[in-house]
Amino acid sequence: MADVTDMTDMTDVPDVAASTDRIRRGSTSPTGSVQPSPVTPTKRRVKPGKRIYRFSSVVYLCLIYLFLFLPIIVIVVNSFNANRVKPYIRWTGFTLDWYAKAFQSASLIQSFENTLIIAVVSTVLAVLIGTLAAVGMYRYKFRGKGVVDALLYIPVVIPEIVLGIALLSMFTRVNIPRGMLSLIIAHVTFCIPFVVFNVRARLAQYDDSIEEASMDLGANRVVTFMRITLPMLLPGIAGGALLAFTLSIDDVIVSYFTNGQVKTFPLKVMESIKSGVSPAINALSTIILVGTIVIVVLSQSGILSRRRVHSSSR
Amino acid sequence: MPATTDTGSRTRTGRTRGTRSRHNFRGNMLPAALTVSPVAIWFGLLILVPMIYVIVISFCSLDSNYNIVFRFTLDNYKRLADLDYLQIYGNSLLIALTSTVICLLLAYPFAYLIARMRGRAKIALYMLVIVPFWTNSLIRIYGWRTMLGAQGLFNKLLMGAGIVDKPVEFLFTRGAVILGMVYALFPFMVLPLYTALEKLDGSLLEAAKDLGARSLKTLFTVTIPLTATGIFSGCIMVFIPTLGYFFVSDVLGGGNSSMIGNVIESQFRRGNNWPLGAALSVILILITLVLVKLYQRAGGDMESLGG
Repeated sequence: MADVTDMTDMTDVPDVAASTDRIRRGSTSPTGSVQPSPVTPTKRRVKPGKRIYRFSSVVYLCLIYLFLFLPIIVIVVNSFNANRVKPYIRWTGFTLDWYAKAFQSASLIQSFENTLIIAVVSTVLAVLIGTLAAVGMYRYKFRGKGVVDALLYIPVVIPEIVLGIALLSMFTRVNIPRGMLSLIIAHVTFCIPFVVFNVRARLAQYDDSIEEASMDLGANRVVTFMRITLPMLLPGIAGGALLAFTLSIDDVIVSYFTNGQVKTFPLKVMESIKSGVSPAINALSTIILVGTIVIVVLSQSGILSRRRVHSSSR
Repeated sequence: MPATTDTGSRTRTGRTRGTRSRHNFRGNMLPAALTVSPVAIWFGLLILVPMIYVIVISFCSLDSNYNIVFRFTLDNYKRLADLDYLQIYGNSLLIALTSTVICLLLAYPFAYLIARMRGRAKIALYMLVIVPFWTNSLIRIYGWRTMLGAQGLFNKLLMGAGIVDKPVEFLFTRGAVILGMVYALFPFMVLPLYTALEKLDGSLLEAAKDLGARSLKTLFTVTIPLTATGIFSGCIMVFIPTLGYFFVSDVLGGGNSSMIGNVIESQFRRGNNWPLGAALSVILILITLVLVKLYQRAGGDMESLGG
């Protein structure tokens, strides 16, 4: 009996695969050629309307992007503005002085360094803790899982200011000195959920049977994790890490409550806003922006090309 | 033939399940503990305990030196019922609601257009929404301040075109704060809408069209109902943070437009009345809880809030 089912199983597998393949191939080519004939007349009739629709959508998209990028354009332009009179708004000519000033200002460079250190350390810690948690929570059932899951959503949905004052109160209560350490602890806390969610999304679309094959072929849990699970999760981990890093370098509110005397770059900006932001800050922001774009474009093209190799080998 | 395929697939899935549970039974507790305990300990100590502590402080009193004394009182909550605070709540809710609605109206067509695109342009346009995030959010808000000021870009354009003779006071108004909130939180509205619209089956739209529905009718009877949870999730992701974004109302409202976040900030950083600030934070926590519960009841899943 078992043999029979096994036989049907074996004979059926290629058959099903072939038939779905046929369906898939069939569905793309016939509808591709059939569809246009009944649809084209109606399409031709609404063509002027469609052109207006297309034109207005392009205009709409452009306006939204203008809205999103306008302040950034202002920052970049002002970083080259020769005007030396506060509030540094009127354009009086081109200069690179502010870039020199940005590098000469020890406190500005220090704040930038702090921001980078905090972002790198918290991203690494959040990725370690978050990836383990995502795998464990996806794979195992245990008591209190619901509680852990609910806790993970708190930093995501709660207003940042509540997280900021909660951590400040706690740090004060148990005498954790406010500074780099407290900033890193705070940043790891709000970064972890985003790593977990990214890795979990990746886990949901992945095929358990490959892991089972690895175990059946004699690899133990650790080897399977290192050689099968981890490489397959890598895009999810990378996405989570990128998000964590972005959140950390941009964070204002939580840092504002947990920093003590240490200044991160956003806090330096906040301090200078009262007296009018120096174009040196615009210059440093421009450098950060260009740097991030370069890093992301490089990593994205790397990911994309790797993905392309994968799909072509399949 | 279909019958045999059926039994075949059933045995296959049956066997898969069996293997997996066998792996699970073999020492389930140790790997679960190893993988999940770091996050459980971290979030226990740094989320659960601090949140409970905030609730505790909100019922505490202050001594004459502004130190927190663990003596139960409801005074902090009673003070929050003052008329002064009512005005701040009203202002906060007005700004948060207006910003959410404007964000939704701007973001829905935007997300729709991008979600309906194909290929590389779609990825590129989607990434372009995130690029502004790589410049510090404070300095971008400050960018708006320079543009809205008396000598700023907008007043120059208006005066240059002869529409007004003297600068319009855009800055330090409620409108400026709303603009800043919409700007700062726009991507948080776009992302869930985009996800919902991308999942939307294009053939349903074509079916509606083939059955004679006009585009507006399709929009209101097919597209919007099918993306309702995405809309709800986007609205939550904009509405809740707005209440706490104190720096936007600081920079663009100039103290004329205090919100709940500004009061909490000043109690914790300057006023030194932490119990009062904590009580106000508890109110924010309650608002968040209620909205998230409503969202879940409406069928929204938490995953899409995590975006």
